[in-house]
Amino acid sequence: MAIQSPSLDIAGTAPLGAALTPVSRGYWQSVRRRLGRDPVTLICGAVLLLIVTSAVFAPLLGLADPYKTSMIRRLYPLGSPNFLLGTDELGRDMFSRLIYGGRLSLFMGVTPVACALLIGGSLGIAAGFSGGWVNMMIMRIMDVFYAFPSVLLAISLSGAMGAGAENTLLALTLVFIPPICRVSESVTTQVRGFDFVDAARASGAGALTIVRVHVLGNVLGPILVYATSLISVAIILAAGLSFLGLGVKPPEPEWGLMLNTLRQAIYVNPVLAALPGVMIFITSICFNLMSDGLRAAMDVKA
Amino acid sequence: MDALVPRQDRAKDRGGPAQPLLLAEGLRKHFPVMGGLLGRTTKVVRAVDDLSLSVAKGETLGVVGESGCGKSTVARLLIRLLKPDKGTMVLDGDPVDEPHGITVAELRRQVQMVFQDSYASLNPRLTIAETLAFAPKAHGLPASEARERVRDLLAKVGLEPDTYMERYPHELSGGQRQRVNIARALALRPRLVILDEAVSALDKSVEAQVLNMLVDLKDELGLTYLFISHDLNVVQYLSDRVLVMYLGKIVELGSVEAIYGNPQHPYTRALLSARPSMDPRKRTKEAPIQGDPPNPIDPPSGCRFRTRCPFAEDVCARLEPQLADTRAQAVACHMRVAGSGHSKAAAP
Repeated sequence: MAIQSPSLDIAGTAPLGAALTPVSRGYWQSVRRRLGRDPVTLICGAVLLLIVTSAVFAPLLGLADPYKTSMIRRLYPLGSPNFLLGTDELGRDMFSRLIYGGRLSLFMGVTPVACALLIGGSLGIAAGFSGGWVNMMIMRIMDVFYAFPSVLLAISLSGAMGAGAENTLLALTLVFIPPICRVSESVTTQVRGFDFVDAARASGAGALTIVRVHVLGNVLGPILVYATSLISVAIILAAGLSFLGLGVKPPEPEWGLMLNTLRQAIYVNPVLAALPGVMIFITSICFNLMSDGLRAAMDVKA
Repeated sequence: MDALVPRQDRAKDRGGPAQPLLLAEGLRKHFPVMGGLLGRTTKVVRAVDDLSLSVAKGETLGVVGESGCGKSTVARLLIRLLKPDKGTMVLDGDPVDEPHGITVAELRRQVQMVFQDSYASLNPRLTIAETLAFAPKAHGLPASEARERVRDLLAKVGLEPDTYMERYPHELSGGQRQRVNIARALALRPRLVILDEAVSALDKSVEAQVLNMLVDLKDELGLTYLFISHDLNVVQYLSDRVLVMYLGKIVELGSVEAIYGNPQHPYTRALLSARPSMDPRKRTKEAPIQGDPPNPIDPPSGCRFRTRCPFAEDVCARLEPQLADTRAQAVACHMRVAGSGHSKAAAP
């Protein structure tokens, strides 16, 4: 390999970082390096990893049955023997239910965002890259959805379709398509204006090839960062729908639903009643901070 | 289609050396200005107005003019990044984008462009090799052959292939990036390369290197250049013929010797006298023309230069001067047309 020695770089071409490491570094490598230097993002990532893995592997953790009720041991306080986080209003183990509840809550947070990312992202990139009439059509349709406040839209959709996890997922997906579409459209429009896209068009390549090679790599970062920040909103909205009785049905453990059912206990054991809310808070703030960290790490001026 | 048979060889000369490589007739591009209620088009920017030009095989045609006069729009029209509102183009005898002519895709294979901003014209996420291989691959060249071509291209523009293939644009200097851009323009083995202010952003020493390289590449590959610049000295150095634009129109066109040695149009004269001189005794004392060009949304009637022309008369406001052939030089000015009604014009 004939890698030019940095000291022989007469024109002073390479930036300082590259001069120290002769091996060329790609964009994602530099993002990873910047993330590694950001303790807040790393801690948030670790907390999320813990919550997600414990939720996914909940059945293997040897926890108490989250559905087993007992009229005798209702509303045990935190730190009771055998019940680390106490018991709920029907005597079910809170620790177990919080871990199991994460399965549904996280699923309800991630799935609609992922679906909306696929649909809204494609629509937005198509609109941004095509411009003109296509853009106008897609974005005006999105604006119609924007006319409703997202919470209201989710509530009315869930209300109209009836309670249940599937309908909640559908309602949340519909709620998140417009914002993701709008962000995708705006970053794509921006990238389309760069000369390298013009150069690619001038080379006679087809629109799909240009989008795949030249546009996706430049817009995916900002879109993914935005989508990550929506996961926390989705978790809160899903919890809110369950709290209102429009989402998951009892006795499924789900943080929003647990918050609802423990409402009656708020005067008896307020700390216990707040626990599902604490889980929602930690999860969503971790997603938010991580999305901020990702945004900062991806914002490479180069 | 191209995808099945990778055409590796440059498109063959068809009409012989006398036939212009590119002929544009009456090109027009007006940009609508959105305004008013419901974004209706109320006004248009007349960026390029009924402009005709021809580029001979093997020549370098320089295009000069102030910023905003439509130079870049012409470039984008010629490579069809913009669709002209009106006008026809003929590439070596084949009409472009017409039923019995060649397609825009075929035009783009034979005509390529180098942009001014060396950084914005390279995808920051792709390595140099990926950028250069994009067009050949899109035209169906297998990956291994595309890689060979990338090495070849880099060597041609004076960049050591092993050093630069896996680099990213931000690791290169402006001059190196512009070399990569030139290499990309050559990747499809075009016949005409449009250089839109391709060296303007470089510092002078690098600019000279790149210019010399362009001259060498032209000889080596038998290229034809359309060289757009606001730098009169660079245009003089590189061009065989020069085209002077003002507000979307050609005001003067001729050989480089004629334009620089004997400029006919008042605007060309003003441009040339505004050129900074190395000789302190030749420094201009006053600005040859004052003010900014008029708004292209509402250009002056008749001659578009009349609002800044020291010789403007009634006839200039009434009649639009046509590009009249006087000897080897074409000028659009009433003063140069016998019997035009201008007091300085010769008798009919």
